[in-house]
Amino acid sequence: MTCTALALASAVCATAPATANEQFIPVLVYRSGPYAPNGIHWANGFVDYLNLINDRDGGINGVKIAYEECETGYATDRGVECYERLKGKGVTGAAVFNPLSTGITYALTEKAPVDKIPIITMGYGRSESADGRVFPWNFPLLGTYWTAADILIQHLAKLSGGAEHLRGKKITLVYHDSPYGKEPIPLLQERARRHGYTLITIPVTHPGVEQKAAWLQVRQQQPDYVLLWGWGVMNSTAIKEAAAVNFPREKMFGVWWAGAEPDVLPAGAGAKGYNAIALQHSAEKAAVHQDILKHIHDKGKGAGKKEDVGNVLYNRGLINALLVVESIRTAQGKYGKKPLRGEEVRWGIENLNLDQARIKQAGFYSILQPIKVSCNDHEGVRHARIHQWDGAKWNFVSGWMEGDNGILRPMVESAAAKYAKEKNITPGCLKS
Amino acid sequence: MLYREAGQFKTTYAADQAVFPIAQDRWFIAIWIILGFVVVPVFANEYFLRAILIPFVIMALAALGLNLLVGYCGQLSLGTGGFMAVGAYAAYNFCLRIPELNPILAFLLAGGCATLVGILFGIPSLRIKGFYLAVATLASQFFLEWLFNRVQWFTNYTPSGSISAPPVTLFSLSFETPTRKYFLCLVILVIFAVVAKNLVRGRTGRAWMATRDMDVAAEIIGIRPMYAKLSAFAVSSFFVGVAGALWAFVHLGSWEPAAFDINRSFSILFMIIIGGLGSIAGAFLGAAFITTLPLILNQAPQWFGFTLSTAMISHLEFMIFGALILFFLIVEPLGLARLWRIGKEKLRLWPFPH
Repeated sequence: MTCTALALASAVCATAPATANEQFIPVLVYRSGPYAPNGIHWANGFVDYLNLINDRDGGINGVKIAYEECETGYATDRGVECYERLKGKGVTGAAVFNPLSTGITYALTEKAPVDKIPIITMGYGRSESADGRVFPWNFPLLGTYWTAADILIQHLAKLSGGAEHLRGKKITLVYHDSPYGKEPIPLLQERARRHGYTLITIPVTHPGVEQKAAWLQVRQQQPDYVLLWGWGVMNSTAIKEAAAVNFPREKMFGVWWAGAEPDVLPAGAGAKGYNAIALQHSAEKAAVHQDILKHIHDKGKGAGKKEDVGNVLYNRGLINALLVVESIRTAQGKYGKKPLRGEEVRWGIENLNLDQARIKQAGFYSILQPIKVSCNDHEGVRHARIHQWDGAKWNFVSGWMEGDNGILRPMVESAAAKYAKEKNITPGCLKS
Repeated sequence: MLYREAGQFKTTYAADQAVFPIAQDRWFIAIWIILGFVVVPVFANEYFLRAILIPFVIMALAALGLNLLVGYCGQLSLGTGGFMAVGAYAAYNFCLRIPELNPILAFLLAGGCATLVGILFGIPSLRIKGFYLAVATLASQFFLEWLFNRVQWFTNYTPSGSISAPPVTLFSLSFETPTRKYFLCLVILVIFAVVAKNLVRGRTGRAWMATRDMDVAAEIIGIRPMYAKLSAFAVSSFFVGVAGALWAFVHLGSWEPAAFDINRSFSILFMIIIGGLGSIAGAFLGAAFITTLPLILNQAPQWFGFTLSTAMISHLEFMIFGALILFFLIVEPLGLARLWRIGKEKLRLWPFPH
């Protein structure tokens, strides 16, 4: 709005709500602390996309986005503080939270139903929250850790020449000793029961710089494959240690939080051949990146360095922001083109349906698969590929694979049922 | 002359032995109680209650507990986070295994578990002192963290090792709203503060202080060091354990062992060092300083209309916070409580400084 006669209009300016047509989106980030090297790229991608929507499109259907960053430092109590600080901001309050930490996700899972604000945990969070009948406010879009573990085992089966050849093989999980790292274990155990491989689990304590003992164990046991469930400095350390004990990097497979540039670059040449599952995207550029460079970075409004646009974690932040924006857009279809409350946005996420045409239109063609969320399935899509670091860039070494719902769904449902029983929740879909 | 005692005559032993023998102190405490119980709940918004006051009250309780051990008995401990975790996990298991158990009772029983663990890890204090003891208690921190990460029974075999607390209800009154949560914590804090105050001015506290000041001399005058040290560990762990249960049940709602990591131990130790070792008020002042200052530093640029990047604000927060701690320790090594005491002495003579 414009205030021409400043002195006279100051009272009017003060009273007229300047934020009337703004949708507030809180952005929980960590640009400091032990995980900052990874967190910064995600945050840059996220806010660049929000700025792009404002600058290029004038907002979501004309509703401008207002956002505010809050630094969590990956600490749960600071995350809770950020949540409390931001949840009431804007005309309608926060639309949706992206906690970007398993610990904060767990804490917010208890608070979201009370405050009626949905949480999107894209590629992380609690795996059983894929069951939307028990977790109406949690959305682990694009895949959970169980999905990731399932696809990784499928890939290992393919490498071994079929699932029946996994029998007698040794698979070691080197994991961050926290809920994040422990999350895949039940799925890996379930698969071990079916295929007859031996699962060895080796915990690494936070933040993961001390791994000598873990890798000595790996050297003794000589596993056929190592799965790496790390984050931040732990990943590059693991790759360096693997090189030190001469474990072939070609047989190491990271989760999607262990497969970005900050993980491999510090390990230098030792990282060559290291694999990781990609959360749909790798370090690639699509049409949307051209727009971001044109509308944001060329105007000097970019959140990070221009060279970093399009790297793995940047893309993840970008896709995460896209899902938020598209959810709000979907909700606007039902509730009108105005700022929406959390529970309205929740309906938008639950009815999110991005087909190939829409993805292409948004400029994400080739880095995102069609996603369709429903009350029953809060994950939306379970596709992923494996990419490999060749010393200079990431290359895909597998086609699209899908998490096996025959194995995943019963596990999700039984874990969710256990939670429902503990919390006295009657499973069911929320009425919009 | 605001703190003038002249004219306040004590005619009974009870009056002479009162917790606050000077009337001004009593008024002061009364004002604080009214502030805490009436003014704050009326005026505070949800953010203030949930993100600032509740953490402050719970941390003040933990700091109070640690101050009994470190400040009054002189046993340096770095295991506070671990003892808090014991309280949290014990309360969770009591509530889980005995569903009809009243949560308040579960908190107290959890405090009891923390007491036992505290005594166990206090045993080395009979042989070692000072920094060496700090290292021994540090071991308890790492051991307890490892235990709750490893032994799945404590977390009811959840796949991730993260657990969430059942809702706190008391006589069909559910503590869901921030105001009720705040009241619950505040009532517990006030009760424990009264207990602590009375402990330290009684026989037990005198035995602790004698042990702190010179254990050989204390032993000669008839104080049993074993009893003094272990009772300090027991009482301190009880306080800390209850604080841990509150932190998990009331503040976080859902937690993992990382919520009680070594940083928690350090921050509580800093609270009592900044606040003032061997002072009940010091625990409150220190907790207020350490819990609120980072939040204020984090939000201050915004209040004054500066736009700085999130990373910049966060790094500035660390630097200013560290610098302020150093500044305080250099200017007043005895902590904020000592500043308050100096203030009182000045007020006693005001407006006629000698």
